[in-house]
Amino acid sequence: MNRELRRLFLVFALLFTALVSMGTYWLWRAPSLEARQGNPTQVVRDVTTKRGLIYASDGETILARNRGREVSGRRWFLRRYPTRDLVAHVVGYATLERSRTGLEDSMNDFLTGGNSDLSTVIERARARFQGDVREGNDLVLTIDAEAQAKAMEVLEGMCGSIVVLEPSTGRVLVMASSPSYDPNLVARRFDEVLGQRAACDPAAPLLNRATQGLYAPGSTFKLVTAAAALDTGLHTPQSMFFDPGYCTEYGQRVFNYSDQSGPERFGQVTLGEAVEHSINAVFCDLGQDLGTDTVLEYARRFGFYEKPPLETPEGERVASGLYEGDKLFEPELESDVDVGRLAFGQERLLATPLQMAMVAAAIANGGESMRPFVVDRILKPDDSVLSGTKPERLRTAVAPDTAAELTAMMELVTESGTGRRAQIPGVRVAGKTGTAETGRNDRNDTWFVGFAPANNPEVAIAVTISDQSGTGGAVAAPKAKEVMEVLLR
Amino acid sequence: MSLRNRELVSLLAAGLIVTLGFASVYLAQQSTISRGSISYIAVFLGLYLIAHIVTRVQLPYADPYLLPLAALLTGIGVTLIYRINPDQALRQGAWVAVGLVLFVAAIILMRDYRKLEGIKYTLGVAAVILLVLPAVPGIGRTINGATLWVDLGPFVFQPGELAKVLIVVFLASYLRDRRDVLKGAHWYSLPPIRHLGPLIVVWGAAIVVLILTNDLGGGLLYFSVFVAMLYIATGRLLYVVGGLALFAAGALAVYRVTPHVADRVAIWLDPWSDPNGAGYQLVQSIYAISSGGLFGSGLGRGALFTPDGSTYIPFLETDFIYSALVQELGLAGGAALVLLYVLFVYRGFRVAMLAQDGFSKLLIGGLTSTFAIQAFLILGGVTGLIPLTGITLPFVSYGGSSVVANLLILGLALSVSDRANRRMLGAPDRGLAPLGAPAR
Repeated sequence: MNRELRRLFLVFALLFTALVSMGTYWLWRAPSLEARQGNPTQVVRDVTTKRGLIYASDGETILARNRGREVSGRRWFLRRYPTRDLVAHVVGYATLERSRTGLEDSMNDFLTGGNSDLSTVIERARARFQGDVREGNDLVLTIDAEAQAKAMEVLEGMCGSIVVLEPSTGRVLVMASSPSYDPNLVARRFDEVLGQRAACDPAAPLLNRATQGLYAPGSTFKLVTAAAALDTGLHTPQSMFFDPGYCTEYGQRVFNYSDQSGPERFGQVTLGEAVEHSINAVFCDLGQDLGTDTVLEYARRFGFYEKPPLETPEGERVASGLYEGDKLFEPELESDVDVGRLAFGQERLLATPLQMAMVAAAIANGGESMRPFVVDRILKPDDSVLSGTKPERLRTAVAPDTAAELTAMMELVTESGTGRRAQIPGVRVAGKTGTAETGRNDRNDTWFVGFAPANNPEVAIAVTISDQSGTGGAVAAPKAKEVMEVLLR
Repeated sequence: MSLRNRELVSLLAAGLIVTLGFASVYLAQQSTISRGSISYIAVFLGLYLIAHIVTRVQLPYADPYLLPLAALLTGIGVTLIYRINPDQALRQGAWVAVGLVLFVAAIILMRDYRKLEGIKYTLGVAAVILLVLPAVPGIGRTINGATLWVDLGPFVFQPGELAKVLIVVFLASYLRDRRDVLKGAHWYSLPPIRHLGPLIVVWGAAIVVLILTNDLGGGLLYFSVFVAMLYIATGRLLYVVGGLALFAAGALAVYRVTPHVADRVAIWLDPWSDPNGAGYQLVQSIYAISSGGLFGSGLGRGALFTPDGSTYIPFLETDFIYSALVQELGLAGGAALVLLYVLFVYRGFRVAMLAQDGFSKLLIGGLTSTFAIQAFLILGGVTGLIPLTGITLPFVSYGGSSVVANLLILGLALSVSDRANRRMLGAPDRGLAPLGAPAR
């Protein structure tokens, strides 16, 4: 029997060797397993790092902080968002349960001190040797907490977005999206977030409508068409047009829309008056005169057809332009596009609120489009500055003269045209309203884009409210006024 | 050095290793662990020293390494349980104490362990009753889909762990009796059906138990042990091949009856097909094992817990304790533990080979095989080498019944070893009938 026992032992020894080989195999596979969703190793590494705080532009209002907690002998840092739904979409969330979004995701390296700047690398090594908790870098945003709060307040109960830029620098002063959500609920009560209801369906509270919401820009796009008309030198603000109340395209009549101010038929008007009163028929003719290529070229100059640059994750930003289904559409032939309707912002044209704010900001900044940014500076754990964002010119959209002429027209809009309800006492406001038909139950996407003060612009704004029965002048303009007032005080 | 002094030195070395492990868990976790808990280790080592004194007096010729290896394995187990849940470590320590009492009782009461041969059918019936006990309504308890526990109010135990020992005793004496008949004249000759009958009954019983309790691991264990012992007794590969084929046939039939088994196999083939559902345990176990690296994160420093304090891997302190070990001590620690099992199994087989009668050889060979197969089934399961079956890691997993049963096995092994070595060295037996004489 000893022979059998000896052989049996050899069999067991072989089996146990196989066990160690299996362990070696998994060790070899470790790098590819580490990145897999659900592997706690990476998550725990992140969560035992004291993430940097996120502040609003005043450097005091804390948008994201940590709550320490002992978990089996280690200090864990779980994220808390004291301002709850205020800047939820820009800041995003970082949780164990559902990964990350917003700046919490795109700036994760800085927030966890995992970035490769020399001083951070040294700090990380020091913390490691001394057994200290690794500390991340803080972010100070460009968001003005007070104006952001006002924006969220005026959007209450509605679906839409407000974006405010500083035209001379591209600083994002306000980026509000409604309905919003409380990021503190994401970890444990995600159902409540998803179950939220709103004036639109689906409510999509997690969607950052400012950068991901695509809306027909309607008459606000007339700014781009007018910019093309003036900047090409083909027209001046005094160029005369005839408005019969409709325009003829491919033998069909396209009628003026009810959101224009004044009579149904204007007859002889200048280009300036056409902007002031938002006369579709004139822009329809103007579009046909300029052609698709020219109109779209100017749209591109303002940033259409590319994802607007911003520090938020690339997946949370979409490009504006003509859409075919859910894809951007590049027309090859003039006849691919109904250019008359494109000229007043219909056709298949869709734009994000951020994109339209960039249009207003470029006009306000003498035709220079600035790169938008939301992270003002990054601070080291000792509060000294690691890096600060320098304003950067994105491209020239139009010549300074064109910008000045457009500004004058836009001032008339708020003075005596469709945007009168955006007037601010003592301040010259330039603007343009928009009311885009969505084809859904007489519901409109309403807009106001503009800037103030017109003579020395400090803020450029885009307000979008979807699913409205009213017009941009009635719904969006007064909200723009309220938010700009806070910033201009 | 005398055998017992070797045992003492090895035991002290094991004690030192376990103390270091305990201390490093304490240092890493001192913010959450009470200082008093470090005293568990003193109690634990004291118990093994008492066991050592008993072997010194009663079994001076027994193998000197089995007790220290068992002490080290249980010590590693208690340390890991202490790291996962200090309260459970205290309870596990209590079970080790109970086990050591049984260990001592087995040594003293069963001086002539060969008397067990005389009551083999009683033991066989007792084993079957123990196995069926959890399926009895009222006292049976089902945990995680397997009906393996008996609830007796103050404590819950797994009768299967004790049944395992009884079955090996039964098989050892039965196979010793029928050895020559089963061997046959040629490699292809089959014994008369009346000799094969009881074996087929045992096989059938294992399958029935498997179905009744939904315990794939247990069924696989019993049957593998049966085949291993049949091989030790007869040396015939025909039985091994035939036995495995029979089990495969039986398992295939069960596979049709219970979806449980089919699921296990599917998960093993592709754990990532459902990483958050059916495959969750295995996937998390693999993450834990792969992230340990060569030397691990250090005891008490691994990523085992979610923020709400539960473990990422369910049943971490029982079935998946090896995953926790590899994460915190790395591949090196995992390989070291496997090596400890190889050493224990080696010493066990050595005792069996030195034993002079067939019953002793079969008994210790069978018990050691049980130990080895059980360790392999669960270690292979949590590393993804074979389909996962819920079964405890001998001496290391949290669970009283398992530790108690394994310490009982250790007592038997040392008794057999003492007797064999006395014969070899010509020392007087412990007042037993001389070998070769009928045991009854």
